Amino acid sequence: MRASGVPFLTPMLTLSVLFFAAPLAMLVGYSFVGETGFTLDNYARFLGDPFNFRVLVNTFRLGIQTVLGVTLLGIPIALLYWHSGPRVRQVIIFLTLIPMLTSNVVRTFAWIVILGRQGPISETLLAFGFTDGPISLMFTELGLVLAMTQIDLPLVVLPLIAMLSRLPTSLGEAAEVSGAGPWRILITVLIPLMLPALLAGWVLVFASTSASFVTQAVIGGARNVYMPQLIYREVGTLFDWPLAAAIAVVLLLTSGAVLLAITFLSRHRRLANHA
Amino acid sequence: MTDQALAVDQQAMETQPQGLVVNSLTHRYGTALAIDRITFDVRPGEVVALLGPSGCGKSTVLRSIAGLIKPQEGTITMGAQRLDTMPARTRGIGMVFQNYALFPHLTVEENVGYPLTCQGLPRSERRQRVAELLTLVRLDTMARRLPREQSGGQQQRVAVARALAARPNLLLLDEPFGALDRALRFDLQVEMLRLQRSLGITTLIVTHDQEEAQSLAGRLVLMNKGRVEQIDTPTAVYDAPKSLFVNSFIGQANQLPGIIQSAGADHSIVRLAVGQKIKVPRQVEFVVDAPVVVTCRPEDVTLVSGANATTLPARVSVAIALGPTLVHELTLADGTEIRASQMRDQSMRPGKPGEAVFLSIDTARCHIFPAPAGSSLSSSPSH
Repeated sequence: MRASGVPFLTPMLTLSVLFFAAPLAMLVGYSFVGETGFTLDNYARFLGDPFNFRVLVNTFRLGIQTVLGVTLLGIPIALLYWHSGPRVRQVIIFLTLIPMLTSNVVRTFAWIVILGRQGPISETLLAFGFTDGPISLMFTELGLVLAMTQIDLPLVVLPLIAMLSRLPTSLGEAAEVSGAGPWRILITVLIPLMLPALLAGWVLVFASTSASFVTQAVIGGARNVYMPQLIYREVGTLFDWPLAAAIAVVLLLTSGAVLLAITFLSRHRRLANHA
Repeated sequence: MTDQALAVDQQAMETQPQGLVVNSLTHRYGTALAIDRITFDVRPGEVVALLGPSGCGKSTVLRSIAGLIKPQEGTITMGAQRLDTMPARTRGIGMVFQNYALFPHLTVEENVGYPLTCQGLPRSERRQRVAELLTLVRLDTMARRLPREQSGGQQQRVAVARALAARPNLLLLDEPFGALDRALRFDLQVEMLRLQRSLGITTLIVTHDQEEAQSLAGRLVLMNKGRVEQIDTPTAVYDAPKSLFVNSFIGQANQLPGIIQSAGADHSIVRLAVGQKIKVPRQVEFVVDAPVVVTCRPEDVTLVSGANATTLPARVSVAIALGPTLVHELTLADGTEIRASQMRDQSMRPGKPGEAVFLSIDTARCHIFPAPAGSSLSSSPSH
């Protein structure tokens, strides 16, 4: 028999158990703590409040809108990369990676400027006469989705580029010779082949968006509340840790279910194992 | 069997097959000349092979015909129609790509039906045509498979069926058997020939494999360095090569450098670099003292026991028995390597390495070409 791998796994296992599994178990345990011991009261309190339910729905909507945004922007960028020469490719990669190289606080403040009353978006709309007065996208969901789209863009663009680079160019040519025009090639060949990469990107974007506390808090403001702020409020302001733990578990389970669903989708016979 | 499907297809093909004419096609990648004034034709219903080493420009020609690249000069005509001004998707060409380029996310029937979908054929007609085609290539039980669930040979047949789906006027095959192992390759070549004959479709094959070209095509277009070297039937190309390149690319050719010593009306004498003279029994178009290369096929070289005026002394390097033939690798006195191939019989024994032997060359079947520029002989003082 082959030697077991346990000795080599030990350091990583210890680290995971100590700093991930154990705290997670404590968190889950906390969520069942009441004044008289074990209770489901925290979950009942969370789910019983329609405001909380709306926050949960909002968080999901934010995730879905951002996924939509990065997809609509990411596919053209990836295609542009695919069709470009080496120099343009470098520029595209650099521009896409910028949000990953910038500190969270800095990029959030940059977005405050962009979305603000005197920012470029407002000025442009005003200059073209689309609005009568200056507008601000700060503290709106649209502004937040815009910012999150830019921040999470590399999570979709990078897998897409990796996918396209492995794609034999003959597939597009085969479609062309078969009589397909550019749009048909995009819709019937390129996008289906991009799907596995898109699904992988969506998982990352959804997870990142629903947990991005700083951006949500600063750009979304007090009117747009999402799950992470709810948790923060219970922990830092109301000091109700068991309730905070319960909210965290709900967020974990619901977003986990979405991610699991996407992952299962990507195992489909037509999507798995190709290119 | 497939007769029914064939009958349906023949009906469809009754529209007369058209011929392809490629005229003076020239294309540069940047400043590098990829193909230079390529001119040839494929007659209606004929199979022609574009044959040449890799990098000779044959793929550029094929891609120009398919419309995947736009050549800078020249015309491509199919029947009475100019193809080179049309976009690829309206040219009505079926193409089998080198690695088949099957859509990995589509099933076999969806792949085959793809050109029909592009044509906007109604679903019921499309189904019927796809079923016909799958019967034609004997894959009717695999309609729902994905390409990756098939063997290489099956994928190749799917690619052929897809190329034929839209009833093209012209079938282009880009190294269609290159990715298959030898045993399978031959079966599929026979299958391809049967299909082509029954459909009577004008076909152009690109390949670097001379055996493949010879077994499939009625005529070969030999290309080298972006130019056409010779266009002829496989046997004519083998027996009467027009250039040293063709001679050595098709089959094997021994090359013996030398200088023309005399050029008579009924025979010519070449003084070989190795020292001996060789008398070729026909007139040649060379002046005396011109540096040349005399070529002969291995089967025109025989080992003889005794020396006389026409034999060349040589030493055996290796002797190999290849099935029915015995192949000797030999070295002449000046180091020139020469290969002799004879049918084996009982009386013959293979030479031992290092053994001195004599060669007799069938001079009637020798060819004489000008020495390639830059060879050692072109610097000889007699030039």
